[in-house]
Amino acid sequence: MRPFEYARAGNVSEAGQLAGRFIAGGTNLLDLMKLEVEAPEKLVDITRLPLDKIEDTEDGGLRIGALVTNSDLAADPRIRRDYEVLSRALLAGASGQLRNKATTGGNLLQRTRCGYFYEPSQPCNKREPGSGCGAIGGFNRIHAILGTSDKCIATHPSDMAVAMQALEATVETQKTDGSTREIPLIEFHRLSGDTPEIETVLEPGELITAVRLPKSQGGNQVYRKVRDRASYAFALVSVAAVVKMDGGKIEWARLAFGGLAHKPWRNHDLEAALKGEAPSSALFDKAADILLADAKGQGENDFKIPLARRTLKAVLAQATKGA
Amino acid sequence: MTTLKINGVEHELDIDARTSLLDACRDHLALTGSKKGCDHGQCGACTMLVNGRRINSCLTLAIMHEGDEITTVEGLGDPDNLHPMQAAFLEHDGFQCGYCTPGQIVSAVGMLGEVADGWPSHASADLENGATLSGDEIRERMSGNLCRCSAYPNIVDAIETASTKLKENA
Repeated sequence: MRPFEYARAGNVSEAGQLAGRFIAGGTNLLDLMKLEVEAPEKLVDITRLPLDKIEDTEDGGLRIGALVTNSDLAADPRIRRDYEVLSRALLAGASGQLRNKATTGGNLLQRTRCGYFYEPSQPCNKREPGSGCGAIGGFNRIHAILGTSDKCIATHPSDMAVAMQALEATVETQKTDGSTREIPLIEFHRLSGDTPEIETVLEPGELITAVRLPKSQGGNQVYRKVRDRASYAFALVSVAAVVKMDGGKIEWARLAFGGLAHKPWRNHDLEAALKGEAPSSALFDKAADILLADAKGQGENDFKIPLARRTLKAVLAQATKGA
Repeated sequence: MTTLKINGVEHELDIDARTSLLDACRDHLALTGSKKGCDHGQCGACTMLVNGRRINSCLTLAIMHEGDEITTVEGLGDPDNLHPMQAAFLEHDGFQCGYCTPGQIVSAVGMLGEVADGWPSHASADLENGATLSGDEIRERMSGNLCRCSAYPNIVDAIETASTKLKENA
């Protein structure tokens, strides 16, 4: 690990002004620093900031502090009752030890697990812009099939962010000048494009302070994660669904997908096609057709295209049962 | 100087900022019970309790833990006074080479605390009403601890026995 300067932020406004890389749970950042994939000159420890509460909001939703751990969030009674898909997604991710450390803000900012990104001897446009992409034409079993570019085919590894996407979450931030903004999660992560090293819309020094969930709209909530092991593995494909049924028809559906793209994926056309329809295998196939119309396999990950179809259909069958 | 409180004792350390909590204990305080397996948070051999919660001590900086209550396997019990979890691992032969065992034991103690607090897991059918400790629950909740000797069946038995014993003692 390269040497770095260490500073501890005493309050939120000071954090950005200390001009370093934020560290909270550190489970991903320190891992990457050991491999020298990341080598920040300065770390700003934000773990003492008062951002570890889950608060009720005026509109009936929840405001989740950026430092709330994945464990505490998954176990919160309000999340378990009203946002089951989020609790399920968190519990499907990582291990007990990691969930106890990993934070809400850090989870959104975790880096891809692409093997080329993790191996400094290999080309990677995300780690070293301009060096090429080893995964294109290389080992790409875990890589993206949607929204890829010729610069990068990495996936975003989060489960939590997929569920939050289906719940239409918003990210609260504070910039270095003290101003704050709210970013819809769907606009927070970027596709790889020509600059895969830029993964979010955050400005330098901008700190995630919270994630807001709107008031729960009820509905059937499902998180299905398909992976190589039954536990403690990243998603090959995951689907988060919140589906409201009315009289045997789908009143509305919100769906988000993990393991398929550089960001948690959402497709409004797919959701529009489900709206007002009676559930059927043909309808679910049509939804999968829309999702996968532009899907592109890279060789080893071709299997993700039929796997995404089957997983989506299974989730829709489950989420459209009952009223 | 960095002050760390480990197993109830405060230690003053002059350490590089890069020092992980695991290395601080092993290399600076001669607390070598916690093991370095992968050093990347994948195997769980380094598991410690911080403020009662289990974490991978290899993936955290010692300097970030001033003021925390840290417990290593040495703090759970000693040869003359074993923690019920340590005794259960002996009774059920929950190991072969033993390298992962301190992490398994500390992780299992932390895990039982999570169950007692009503935390659900991926294996829980009902999210809202917590979980009872079944074999499936133990396997899911302990998936962050690998055993290359694959002593898993006896590890699960040991945790079940310790869980019962700890409930009787409570």
